[in-house]
Amino acid sequence: MIKDTINSTARRIPAWLVYTVGILPAAWFLYEGLTGGSGADPIKALEHELGEFALKLLIVGLCITPLRKHLGVNLLKFRRAIGVMTFVYVVLHLLVWLVLDVQIVSQIWADIVKRPYITVGMVGFALMIPLALTSNNLSVRKLGVRWRKLHKLTYGIAFLGALHFVMVAKGIQLEPLLYMAVVLGLLALRIPKGTLQIAGRFTAKSVDN
Amino acid sequence: MAYRWKNTLSDNDVTDHSLFLNRRQIMAGAAGLGLATAIGGPRAALAQEALEPNSFEDISSYNNFYEFGTGKDDPAKNAGALTTTPWTVTIDGMVDKPGEYDFADIMAKMTVEERIYRFRCVEAWSMVVPWNGFELKDLLDLAGVQSSAKYVAFETLYRPEEMVGQKFPTLEWPYVEGLRLDEAMHPLTIMATGIYGKDIPNQNGAPMRLVVPWKYGFKSIKSVVKITLTDKEPPTSWNIANAREYGFYSNVNPEVDHKRWSQATERKIGGGLFAKRIPTLMLNGYEEDVASLYEGMDMSVNF
Repeated sequence: MIKDTINSTARRIPAWLVYTVGILPAAWFLYEGLTGGSGADPIKALEHELGEFALKLLIVGLCITPLRKHLGVNLLKFRRAIGVMTFVYVVLHLLVWLVLDVQIVSQIWADIVKRPYITVGMVGFALMIPLALTSNNLSVRKLGVRWRKLHKLTYGIAFLGALHFVMVAKGIQLEPLLYMAVVLGLLALRIPKGTLQIAGRFTAKSVDN
Repeated sequence: MAYRWKNTLSDNDVTDHSLFLNRRQIMAGAAGLGLATAIGGPRAALAQEALEPNSFEDISSYNNFYEFGTGKDDPAKNAGALTTTPWTVTIDGMVDKPGEYDFADIMAKMTVEERIYRFRCVEAWSMVVPWNGFELKDLLDLAGVQSSAKYVAFETLYRPEEMVGQKFPTLEWPYVEGLRLDEAMHPLTIMATGIYGKDIPNQNGAPMRLVVPWKYGFKSIKSVVKITLTDKEPPTSWNIANAREYGFYSNVNPEVDHKRWSQATERKIGGGLFAKRIPTLMLNGYEEDVASLYEGMDMSVNF
């Protein structure tokens, strides 16, 4: 079965490979920006590519549990590396915004406070910091159950990330809405079955199917 | 009447592309010096230093033309599908000679001249574009504007089979824009039909697009098929989409921020990954020419 092939392959792939392979797109985006490959405004391009890649990684990270639960595909060993790389991409995205894009220190703070899409993005980033800090074995051991609870923040972060993308778009654009739909879909998979059945009793038809 | 306004931006010939690249390098150095002297000096000095037309490549590859997709490179990729011949422009409303005007006939009657203008996008980036075009006034005079007319409404082509972006409701299609009549008649306001002496590329609004250099780029409606003279302020696409963020006037103004970002500075396209932001000029540097149009108006209310 495909499932078993994936699982046995995954067992042979070391998790550290996620870090080395994961950083390659960032290197590529930077190279493209420096050599004119990313168009006339390489700053915006780089900023956008890093942000979108972070969102992709968030989505991949959110897929791990449902894949195991519903399809029996076990990629759990890669989850931490994916999470850490998501944080790395968000930091790079933020750095490009600060250093290359906005440039002006007084404007940075004004933007964070005054512009809702940036506020949303910054809150998402702030919520990632405790997750990044506790992404080591010691923290997992020390925090125990609380570690799992803490890392449920990922759900909120993913939502804020997608919302940030939706809010930054001018007009109604398809791409950010698709990201939002995927994130919401993956979050919906986490709603315990019972909750849906209870909710179903209050609505005309069952949401369960 | 053509030639009512003269370029002061650059007297240099803009046709030779290789010369440009050389000049650009010289200018890069000069801009650095200019920056130092401009700190205490007037803003115009800085702007003058930075006025170097963008390359044809930049101008024709980095576009907002949502009829062909929302990515900056989408118009260059998708606008090839657009047929621009034959092309007719309907001029109607409060005019003496309403009707369908053939683009070729219009061109035969118009005097095309070069205008090197700053182009400031509402997204806080900018370019300098050497347009070829004619004054909008000349076209309106052809149709004979009646004295009751107060505004001019414009409409872009609606042809979803050739304009893929129109298949998705990013905005309400067709794209519409509008100017007050005095803005439309101003010598700075042109209909552009070319860039760098070549026919205007489809992605830049072929065969004919409005250029109002003191307003944010989205006011300069592309691929125009209809011009209506009216006595009421016409609806405009971005205002319909989001009235809180986009007003009818949309004059470039560093003191009135967009709801989601500052308009105080801009980044000139073409400066690479480490391009510095430059201050945005009041009315995009055309304050002397057009400020009188808005005398007594509160620009932060009529944004």
